[in-house]
Amino acid sequence: MFQDMSGWSAGGLNLKERYDVVVVGAGPAGSTIAKTIASKGLDVLLIEKRQQIGDPVRCAEGVNKEYISNFLQPDPAWISAEVKGSRIYAPNGKMVEMGEELSGVEVGYVLERKIFDRALAMEAARAGAQVMVKTRATGLLINNSYVTGVKVQYMGKNYDIQCDIVIGADGVESKIGRWAGIDTTIKPGGLCSCMQYLITDIDVDPDFCEFYLGTRIAPSGYIWVFPKGKNKANVGIGISGFLPKNKRVVDLLDDFVKKKYPNGKIIELIYGGVPACGTIERTVSNGLILVGDAARQSDPLTGGGIFNSIWAGDIAGKVAVKAIKRADVSAKFLQEYERKWRAEIGKNIDTSLIVKNRFLSLNDNDMNTLADSLENIDLRTASLLGLLWSLFKTNKKLLWDLRSIFKDIKEIKGVDFDDIESIN
Amino acid sequence: MVVKVNRYKCGYCGACVSVCPTGAIELIETWIVVDDTCNNCGICSRICPVGALEVST
Repeated sequence: MFQDMSGWSAGGLNLKERYDVVVVGAGPAGSTIAKTIASKGLDVLLIEKRQQIGDPVRCAEGVNKEYISNFLQPDPAWISAEVKGSRIYAPNGKMVEMGEELSGVEVGYVLERKIFDRALAMEAARAGAQVMVKTRATGLLINNSYVTGVKVQYMGKNYDIQCDIVIGADGVESKIGRWAGIDTTIKPGGLCSCMQYLITDIDVDPDFCEFYLGTRIAPSGYIWVFPKGKNKANVGIGISGFLPKNKRVVDLLDDFVKKKYPNGKIIELIYGGVPACGTIERTVSNGLILVGDAARQSDPLTGGGIFNSIWAGDIAGKVAVKAIKRADVSAKFLQEYERKWRAEIGKNIDTSLIVKNRFLSLNDNDMNTLADSLENIDLRTASLLGLLWSLFKTNKKLLWDLRSIFKDIKEIKGVDFDDIESIN
Repeated sequence: MVVKVNRYKCGYCGACVSVCPTGAIELIETWIVVDDTCNNCGICSRICPVGALEVST
């Protein structure tokens, strides 16, 4: 029941006692789910603890054009730049250029997340979801081992809201899973610690996302430069795990920026942690579903999470609707979500984790060798798997750990794959 | 409380929350709170991008 009735419907706050679904967190995952569920006529509350949806941004804003277009009609309002591909710079400066398709989940569009997130939330609202900002989940209501609602706080007042399913889309700092007894703790090496400047008045190729590798500039990580139109770019760094004491992510990024863009003007500074730990043990419980960063569904290699969030959000929304219609919100029924996202998204994450772990242990010479081995290979139309296969073929000793990801694969588009038997 | 949060450095990104093994840290809108389940492990201070957390030993 309501702990505090005063001001209940003040200021247009028509919070109800009960909803079919409460979604915690209005990022891409949460808004996608809220929209999916509301469009089926169910009663959805979407809460966001920040005062503004989409802000502060904690993202490099790159996303694969083709993937995202499967779910959303691209809108120039939230596309900051469109790129043709990516350029990876080995420690010795050797550049590897890849087409958009190969560049994986992070390249194609560079978004304007502030507008993108807001647009998704508006779509959810238009579909019938009730959106509440500055509203934070403070705990779960649990009854007979079922999550039966969520405690929220708005303007310093507490409210208990009943619902059939709670969706935890509450990001990297998620508490929903923990409250339901799911261990979502990220081991230190599994969190990518990031920092990014938006820099203007710099010379940047608007057609390419750039990645810089090297243990000196970004140990256990990389630096990215994602153009946001002409003369402007997101310049950021992501590092997995611990740096030596007294060395911070901010110091490494400053070193790079001072050297590369001494005359650039920084107009935004953001930081954040990206789950790069791979899949967690479970993402459902009785009456509860975790999605997006809260479910640690971001890609461990690239750190990209927008597309996976929207994809998983779409699956979760559909399963939630089914569960409510069947009046069965048990973990057993919600397994359908678990099964479906693991079959595709989870599989990609597993592959990326294998690759990430191998690449983390390479030294600068190894990385230079790998870049050199791609010298005469056309990478404009190959897939990410194709690139890895090309690398693997000529550097078997260095990349032997990767062999498991090529098993069961008969064909890779654009790449000579005839000697696959040699590793099986 | 053994973790000291320098709120002038903190950018309320929530990275520390995700790695805390005891769940002692919470990001409330734009500030970090640490409760008494903190076991002083120091992981949060090591992963913070800017060094906004200090664990007293």
